[in-house]
Amino acid sequence: MNLEFFVISLLNGVSYGLLLFMLSSGLTLIFSMMGVLNFAHTSFYMLGAYIAYTLSGLVGFWVALFVAPLLVGALGAAFERYALRRVHQYGHVPELLVTFGLSYLVLEVVQLVWGRSTVPYGLPAQLQGPLFTLYGTQFPKSRSFVMLVALLMLLSVWLLLTRTRIGLVIQAALKHPDMVEALGHNVPRVFMLVLGGGCALAGLAGVIGGNTYVTEPAMAASVGSIIFVVVVVGGMGSLAGAFLASLLIGVLQTFAVALDYSLAHALRAAGMAVTEQTFGWPLLKLTVSQVAPILPYLLLVLILIFRPKGLLGTRED
Amino acid sequence: MRFAIKAVAASAILVSAGGAFAQKGDTVKIAWLDPLSGLMAAVGTNQLKSFQFLSEEFNKKNAAGVKFEIIGIDNKLSPQETTSALRSAMDQGARYVVQGNGSGPALAIIDALEKHNARNPGKEVMYLNYAAVDPDLTNSKCSYWHFRLDADTSMKMEAMTTFMKDLPEVKKVYLINQNYSHGQQVSKFAKENLARKRPDVQIVGDDLHPLAQVRDFAPYIAKIKQSGADSVITGNWGSDLALLIKAANDAGLANVNFYTYYGGVTGSPTAMGAAAAGRVYMVSYNHLNLPGDIGRVVTEYKKKFNDDMYTGAVYHAFAMLDAAFVKAKSTDPVKVAPMLEGMKFNSFNGEVEMRKSDHQLQQGLFVSKWEKAGGKYPNDAENTGYTFVPVKYYEPYVASTPTSCQMKRPS
Repeated sequence: MNLEFFVISLLNGVSYGLLLFMLSSGLTLIFSMMGVLNFAHTSFYMLGAYIAYTLSGLVGFWVALFVAPLLVGALGAAFERYALRRVHQYGHVPELLVTFGLSYLVLEVVQLVWGRSTVPYGLPAQLQGPLFTLYGTQFPKSRSFVMLVALLMLLSVWLLLTRTRIGLVIQAALKHPDMVEALGHNVPRVFMLVLGGGCALAGLAGVIGGNTYVTEPAMAASVGSIIFVVVVVGGMGSLAGAFLASLLIGVLQTFAVALDYSLAHALRAAGMAVTEQTFGWPLLKLTVSQVAPILPYLLLVLILIFRPKGLLGTRED
Repeated sequence: MRFAIKAVAASAILVSAGGAFAQKGDTVKIAWLDPLSGLMAAVGTNQLKSFQFLSEEFNKKNAAGVKFEIIGIDNKLSPQETTSALRSAMDQGARYVVQGNGSGPALAIIDALEKHNARNPGKEVMYLNYAAVDPDLTNSKCSYWHFRLDADTSMKMEAMTTFMKDLPEVKKVYLINQNYSHGQQVSKFAKENLARKRPDVQIVGDDLHPLAQVRDFAPYIAKIKQSGADSVITGNWGSDLALLIKAANDAGLANVNFYTYYGGVTGSPTAMGAAAAGRVYMVSYNHLNLPGDIGRVVTEYKKKFNDDMYTGAVYHAFAMLDAAFVKAKSTDPVKVAPMLEGMKFNSFNGEVEMRKSDHQLQQGLFVSKWEKAGGKYPNDAENTGYTFVPVKYYEPYVASTPTSCQMKRPS
């Protein structure tokens, strides 16, 4: 592995990690604050992409960038107000099921409205093409834009939660809702804002991820499992943990692709005779690069065994 | 007595006439078992529409005078679901099934039909495979009731490497494929064929990645770049191909050509767009700008659905059944199957033959290149303004590969 490859891979890994962070930050917020595991979170990501696709055809990409997340946030808030709040009293399982059902519903609606095929959702001309060329490999503007937006988002969410009055109320409402209500704050509305805000973040990720990758009905399902990994590995309720875990997973997957070594190599290096006749050869011959996309799930299992609260998690339950 | 003789003679004439046109006016139910949900839903939906569209076309003009009816059932791309979908299709009276996405469900159908047909004489069901390209299906796992209309992996690779053999700029080839039977076979045949036809070509990479798991292909592109490859061979389809080529475009991998199987399938044309022009090749038995009847059908399909009819084997299916019904004077699979064996008929890619020994259609193959649409090739893919333009056509014998099939025929 030479320096050129190392630098390019690091950039790829970090930019992929930042997109993962955008996706999972909303889920982390909602889960840590409300205790609701939102299975429909990536559906809001998909909605963000599709709404932005339609809007950018009507009013241009830059307007869509701001309006689409707001619309998705409004949908999320409406979902909290009219569905989630009603089932809240019955406990966690009905809450989980209603978000699960929503994910199916959104998928069908998306297929009815936009069809089952890929939609041609492209970037505006300003964001197309390479930003800079490194050792002959171009680094696209689209990826740099993802990185920029993710960092701005992290900053603004952090400022909102720690430096503003509404942030204080949110934090207080989560720990002692009764007390906050007694002080005259509308706690149900705070919860609605949190869910809407979380969904808006997913929508923002969709606006950007949809054209950096591909906008199609399977896009929600394809990122669904990985963001749960990010949330668990980072630690429940920790935005910083989610940030760290996203980067870790992005870089881990990127570099694993480059490693064409397998268990068979390792055993041979240790002086053992390994051939195609050896027991378990199909498993032994798998290289690290072949299993790269499933490494995050391995990481998830290891974290659950050795550090169940996640990297930066505070909760012990 | 005289009357009786007349009556017997008359009825004998009637019976034989009836026999001669036994298929006229029959309704032929064809069950379509492929995904309408999940990852491959877009591809399945397109193909079901192709079958429905062409059944209407052929109902107007088939020589056998039958009426085709399509029963579409979602098999969710799973072998288990396929088996129950097949049961439901047979309950609805279908004696022909068509399927194509994935060799796993294909094998499930073959297994189920071998048993069903042996146990239910008089109710035999025939399977037309229009896209599952695992060579095993017509070799070690071949079946009398299975007929394949697509060209298998070994045939396509034969044509593709024959094309690459004459390109001096091909020196270093990188293989990237999905890690399951199809991708592994593309990789295997690519290595074997290149070693035979161009021993000087170096294989500089052989990646297998999980099916439909990778969201970001940039790391693979970085790896391809580092290997110094000038050509990439891939059997990827769906999002795996779309994202691969998109990542290559983003990284500015401009001096590497892609040799693909499924560049024309839903999603990939949009991802390729203008940036991939002149750099992506596809090997297939068809393209979107064929002349004649198929050309008209493809154009009308596009007009009606605003989508591409890229699965030309659907046309093969109707043309072949029609010809066989006329020959067999029946629509009963038991009588139709022997007619199909060794049958030659004209299709859009010249004269094709259903090889008797393994039931693999022997057909000509095109190598085409992603270029701007227009002139002789006006039909673009997914409204991108670009299309696959044929650069080479190979006669059936060029792409033909031997078979090891030991077919058990019903006695």
